[in-house]
Amino acid sequence: MNDTINIALSKGRVLEDTLPLLARAGITPAEDPNKSRKLIFDTNNPKVKLTIIRAADVPTYVQFGAADLGVSGKDVLMEYDGEGIYELLDLNIARCRLMVAEPESLAKKDDPQQWTRLRIATKYVNITRKHFAAKGIQTDIIKLYGSMELAPLVGLADRIVDLVSTGATMKANKLVEVEHIADISSWLVANKASMKMKHESVKSLVDKLRDAVARASQ
Amino acid sequence: MNKNDPWLLPDGIEEVLPEKARRLENMRRSVLDLFDAWGYELVMPPLAEFLDSLLTGVGEDMDLQTFKITDQISGRMMGIRPDITPQTARIDAHYLKKESPVRLCYAGPVLRTRPDKFAGSREPFQLGAELFGHDGLASELELLELMVVMLRQIGIDQVHVELGHVGIFQSLAAEAKLNSEQESELFSALQRKAGPDMNKMLASWDLPEKLKKNLSLLVELSGDEQVLEIARTAFASNKEIVACLDNVQSVYDVFKNNSGKGVPVLFDLAELSGYGYYTGIVYSAFIPGHGRAIAKGGRYDGIGQAFGRDRPATGFGADMRELINLAPDKLDKKSAILAPENIDKTLKNKINSLRDNGERIIMQLPGNKYSASEMGCDKELIQKNGKWIVK
Repeated sequence: MNDTINIALSKGRVLEDTLPLLARAGITPAEDPNKSRKLIFDTNNPKVKLTIIRAADVPTYVQFGAADLGVSGKDVLMEYDGEGIYELLDLNIARCRLMVAEPESLAKKDDPQQWTRLRIATKYVNITRKHFAAKGIQTDIIKLYGSMELAPLVGLADRIVDLVSTGATMKANKLVEVEHIADISSWLVANKASMKMKHESVKSLVDKLRDAVARASQ
Repeated sequence: MNKNDPWLLPDGIEEVLPEKARRLENMRRSVLDLFDAWGYELVMPPLAEFLDSLLTGVGEDMDLQTFKITDQISGRMMGIRPDITPQTARIDAHYLKKESPVRLCYAGPVLRTRPDKFAGSREPFQLGAELFGHDGLASELELLELMVVMLRQIGIDQVHVELGHVGIFQSLAAEAKLNSEQESELFSALQRKAGPDMNKMLASWDLPEKLKKNLSLLVELSGDEQVLEIARTAFASNKEIVACLDNVQSVYDVFKNNSGKGVPVLFDLAELSGYGYYTGIVYSAFIPGHGRAIAKGGRYDGIGQAFGRDRPATGFGADMRELINLAPDKLDKKSAILAPENIDKTLKNKINSLRDNGERIIMQLPGNKYSASEMGCDKELIQKNGKWIVK
């Protein structure tokens, strides 16, 4: 039986923050993923491989078992409409928050208690619909793939739902945060069947990472 | 969808072409023969029936999964079955009305409004076996064994079996007196094994510390046999849970020494798929490299009550469309003999006797000059010295 563990990661901030954690758990890639165009990397452990994919694809790879484990933002997991993924561990990295924001000018006279129907630009269509539906508010959602901050400025939408980390981009575009939806960080996720059938190796890796996370936050 | 491609099938609807259809039918027959040998009688419930009866005693999930149509005769709503199991429970309750245990099996298509989350079929070919009228270890074990024997018979080895029990979560949730919103939040976190989410949630609820600890422990309770020991220590004071653990333990003890010999057994005391339907022990079969269970079953005692006759029930089911893709292709390509277009009496007799012996004869049609291989044949009937021989 194949007992290799395949971990799906995405390039960028998640990779930068995850590699030190993996290193503390005793796993280092055989070459620098940032300097290579390869997609699959060997590590110092012959039974662990790293796959580099797009952030939004991590849950899909893990659900279908194309990867045993993955590191994915909670925002991506909340937006993903799938099943059979275990969210094992909050890695406490790439922290930010998912917010509703609107232009300063609107915020001055706006009262969130009075919201009935909103026009919102976001890439988080499912989260946005669910968040507002729970409060009994109708939404017209405009799906965008980036630069959400632009939408209210050009009249595409009244409000946006987006990730905020420092708030600098919001400020530069004269937007203010009006509602908090969720705290976001990267999580370690696992395929259901891998978790069952490769239980020992997955569990020992998860335990090591849990230690690494605990030490990192000290 | 492009109207210029009228032959495209809807999402999640698939047709089975000759080679695969032959394998599928072969599998269906062999599995039904096996069920028959174990004393399970075949039933063929209808494809559509009144919605009220179809959805009696099953969860809301099944309501959303059901295609609905209006009956032009009675004006009532009818549904196309999304699951055969409740139909067999209705048959047991209303038609058979026996006091003794009833063993039923079935194989047929069901239709669902949405494909599962694995880009699967909306028209699974469901097969399963159910036993009504016995509460206890023996019937649970019989169905678990039958499930494993069935998978082995169709050539799927390397099966891992997982055991669980929905009573453990049920008992803890009842003790905590959760409202329905809390229960569904907790349920969702448990399904994702999201320990941190769960702890955050529990911290904000007003519950005794001991109970919080026990609920959050559930996430950890998956793995090998040790899981049962850990659970036994943690839940020692809860009689209901101890009874659930005894149930799982005794099924495991017998199974591992009989038909389960050599089968890796895993435990997951927080596995709740089908919660709301199952009432006791649950089991599923996994194989390496496949992200979800390929067959699953358990005890579902409540269901007959909705049909006016409360009988204990246990059984399992699987989707043959999925199994056929996982089972090895053991069937040889069927051999066939091409017969010339000829009105010769001796040829006709020869063909009849060959067919009686199980050979497959394909007739050349008038005016056709296709070769044997073009006609899908590996042999031919030819005349030699006035006699017809197969070559």
